[in-house]
Amino acid sequence: MRRSILTVAAAALTVTAIGTEVSARDLTVVSWGGAYQEAQRKAYFEPYIEQYGPLRDEPYNGELARIKAMVETGDVTWDVVQFEAAEMVNACFEGMIQPLDWSRLGNTDNLSPLAKMGDCGIATIFYSTILAYNGDRITEDVPQDWADFWNTEKWPGKRGLRRTPTFTLEIALLADGVAPDEVYDVLSSEGGVDRAFAKLDEIKHDIQWWEAGAQPPQWLAAGDVIMTAAYNGRISSAVDEGQPFEIVWNGQVFTLDGWGIVSGTDNLDEAYDFLALTNVVENQARLATEIPYGQMNGKVVDMVSAEVAAKLPTNPVNRTNEVQFDASFWIDNIEEINERFNNWASR
Amino acid sequence: MSDPSLTRFERNSVRLTFAAAWLVILFLVLPIIVIMPLSFTGDTLLSYPINDWSLRWYRVLLEQPIWGHVLKNSLIIALASSALATVLGTLAAVGLTRPMCPARGTLTAFLLLPMIVPIIITGVASYFFYTKLGLTNSFAGMILAHTILSTPFVVITVSATLQGFDGNQRRAAYILGARPLYAFRTVVMPQILPGIVSGALFAFVISFDEVIVALFIAGGDQYTLPRQMFSGIRENLDPTIAAVATVMIVASLIILALAQYLASRTKRRFTR
Amino acid sequence: MSATTVDQTDDQGGKTQASKTMRGQLRRANRARRLWAAALVAPLFLMVVVFFALPILGLLTGAVHSPEYVQTFPRSAEVVSQTDSFDEPFYEALYQDLLSAYETRSTGVAGRRLNQDLSGFSSMLRSATRAAVRGEAPPEGGYRDWFATQDPNWIAAEYQDAIRRTVPIYTDIFLLKAMDLERGPDGGISFVPEGRDLFIDVFIRTIWISFQVTLICAVLGYPLAWALTRASTFWRGIMLLGVLFPFWTSLLVRTAAWMILLQREGPLNTMLLGSGIIDSPLTMVFNRFGTIVALTHILLPFLVLPLYSVMRSIPNDYMRAAKGLGARPVRAFLGVFVPQTMPGLSAGAVLVFIMSVGYYITPALLGGPNDQMISYFIAFYVNDTINWGLAAALALDLIVITMILYFIYQKVTGTTRIGLGA
Repeated sequence: MRRSILTVAAAALTVTAIGTEVSARDLTVVSWGGAYQEAQRKAYFEPYIEQYGPLRDEPYNGELARIKAMVETGDVTWDVVQFEAAEMVNACFEGMIQPLDWSRLGNTDNLSPLAKMGDCGIATIFYSTILAYNGDRITEDVPQDWADFWNTEKWPGKRGLRRTPTFTLEIALLADGVAPDEVYDVLSSEGGVDRAFAKLDEIKHDIQWWEAGAQPPQWLAAGDVIMTAAYNGRISSAVDEGQPFEIVWNGQVFTLDGWGIVSGTDNLDEAYDFLALTNVVENQARLATEIPYGQMNGKVVDMVSAEVAAKLPTNPVNRTNEVQFDASFWIDNIEEINERFNNWASR
Repeated sequence: MSDPSLTRFERNSVRLTFAAAWLVILFLVLPIIVIMPLSFTGDTLLSYPINDWSLRWYRVLLEQPIWGHVLKNSLIIALASSALATVLGTLAAVGLTRPMCPARGTLTAFLLLPMIVPIIITGVASYFFYTKLGLTNSFAGMILAHTILSTPFVVITVSATLQGFDGNQRRAAYILGARPLYAFRTVVMPQILPGIVSGALFAFVISFDEVIVALFIAGGDQYTLPRQMFSGIRENLDPTIAAVATVMIVASLIILALAQYLASRTKRRFTR
Repeated sequence: MSATTVDQTDDQGGKTQASKTMRGQLRRANRARRLWAAALVAPLFLMVVVFFALPILGLLTGAVHSPEYVQTFPRSAEVVSQTDSFDEPFYEALYQDLLSAYETRSTGVAGRRLNQDLSGFSSMLRSATRAAVRGEAPPEGGYRDWFATQDPNWIAAEYQDAIRRTVPIYTDIFLLKAMDLERGPDGGISFVPEGRDLFIDVFIRTIWISFQVTLICAVLGYPLAWALTRASTFWRGIMLLGVLFPFWTSLLVRTAAWMILLQREGPLNTMLLGSGIIDSPLTMVFNRFGTIVALTHILLPFLVLPLYSVMRSIPNDYMRAAKGLGARPVRAFLGVFVPQTMPGLSAGAVLVFIMSVGYYITPALLGGPNDQMISYFIAFYVNDTINWGLAAALALDLIVITMILYFIYQKVTGTTRIGLGA
């Protein structure tokens, strides 16, 4: 990052450097860890290894800094990385990931038009942030929407929310009665952000903040929280393992994640092979079966069981009052709102 | 303890203080002890009472290759960095305790800085710097960073034993015609060896326990035990973590015993 | 230091030839010994300089060094620094800059930097770049108007000010920001508006949590250290084990232990509920309570050990003498014993304070958002938002605080003794 003397010293040292590997690096794919990455292992990583050769996968938690540092110094050790929508746009715009050549992505005929995430990204899942609760702890008179999430008198106990303003402000406005398709209009308008924070104020002391997607199901199981915002797939995975969790689809915040190829990678061909493999419809169906996230290929819905289809966020039945996550709003405003969010959460 | 010259008030105060001291010791020890039985639960929740005792989570530990992998990494990094730190730290400590050492105070203060500067800063700074050298995501980088972090402890322990060392012995060796290196090896070394070993032990533990630098520098191939525990605690706090913790507690008890043994040996040597 | 003393005494001594030779020999011998000592320290010294001091200096320069704009948009930067006016030449240069930055795919680097200053630049730059690349060439001489049609903010004074602030390679914006200050359009420094201030609070909180932890450590550690000096050899051994066992146990294990112990359905709540002391589980984790308890647990040995080693060296005679002279026990204790333990207590306390000021792992895992200390925000700005300038400025502040404390510590303990007393 900082040039000048240090770079010179650094360069001098590199000459005498201790053990810099020269050998070819295996294709390295980076995703969000936990149950999701396990599902990806079965659907994508293992088939890749079988078909093409070695692949290494690593978990991360959205640390763009690592990629930026890699690209700036040319020491690229990650090849294919999964991004959230807003980060994808930023990463592309800053040259951290490279424009994709769609002719090398395999069969993209049946992909959703949303799959093209700017110049550099290809979407891999639709997922949503939903309200979840433990069916053993709330048995009758269950919560129906985010307004109920705010009702601490009827359902006392902690609530889990993601420790970022993204998703959280949307949820707060939904709870405050804003229509799903007006959420970003309100947020962009004068006082809209204030309104969201004012709503969050109401339950501030009942919030337990999570940072990793694996935390909410764990807290629900342990009874640390009575209900929580969570990624739908993580909750469904826990249900598959026998947890009595319930999902409230009403008011889901719907968004997508995608793959990007890190600029300057030595494994470009392998990276394209991998992305092409993730576009094979059978593999996508396998992923949806392992963890119920929506797939880009429209045919997947016909290939999975009805039971799986019912759990997908893309299922029309589940899409009542959904908010479509607006990446461009957040790209512009994340810095300023982060400041406010940290300030607010600190008090 | 019961001194007859003390008044009743004093005796009571003494008793009360001892009671308080034991309570503090309980506070220090109990939380660590309490999680050990939880690793033998057959349940998935970490809570008492344990109805169903089982070795289930130790089996999980053995079946998941990741734990063996990170343990191996931790051992490699800790062994290499403590060896490096011990050599560098011992040499420096010997130099620093020489009567002719220039600018000793400033130099010592400087060499101890890695222990004082918050590790988050060392971690972030090393991260930016090592990236330029291609040392992030490499064992070399982890070893180097851990060496830096642990040298102050070697310098401290070795200096401490050297301060108890009588310089006349070395001078006597010189007069008898010993060359400096020979004198060091045969006269100084044996006497400060306990200090060196406990410095090495310290360095080993510092590296074996370090997580912040690992968070920034280690790639997936270099994940260490604490780094994996950090993810585990945050993402999946199940009894596997208690099992790992139990194994590590037993390991630390062994190290503690070793350290105590060395300390008692050092003390015996230097009581004049 | 001792070398100069030798020289001085020699100067005062005789000036004969013999003494001159002696002096020369002595000086040579001393030089050789100095070199020897220096050579022994050199390897570690060099290593600490290169792999510790240099990286930290590099990190800290990032607090003021911010070349993103100039590197990405050199032409318009030139215009601004030459003329300081936002007219046609500026917008024409910016138009060219957008095209060439698109080629090198670096627009976002300046975009992020500008957006950190004022929200909105990211999408303004994206849409303008798209339009420019599409070849929507502006009418002759109409670059300013062209930008205005892309987004009226391009010609707004507020946004021009932000560009003006971002152009210089050296900036104080991050240093100011780390203290909740900002520079107004007139160049004056003022506090950021309420609702956006954060860091003064974070610093106060960091100091306050560290202070509480230090105080609790002192209150718990003092009787323990005293009891250690009074116990019989056997019991002292047992008690020392009790102090050293957590000290040698992995930090992550201890943090995990507290996390398990304090959680809602963890052992402590179960016990309290079972014994009827409480009727509903207490929240003890992800809040200030959990943070302070765990920090105290982790740092307590660092206070007890130096304190114990000082107390051990205090002879009992003074207390007896004071009492023999008629002082009441409490007075003898406070007036005679306690003052003698102060070096150990203050050394331990400063050590605990230094360590807790920079703590990261434990608050990150056991605290909620309003228990996060300065370290958390350094990691946050490095990793999550890539605001490396701000992270560096916060790191600088943290280093300054730590160095002041280290200085105090050295004054308290005397220069080279930083032993842990065990």
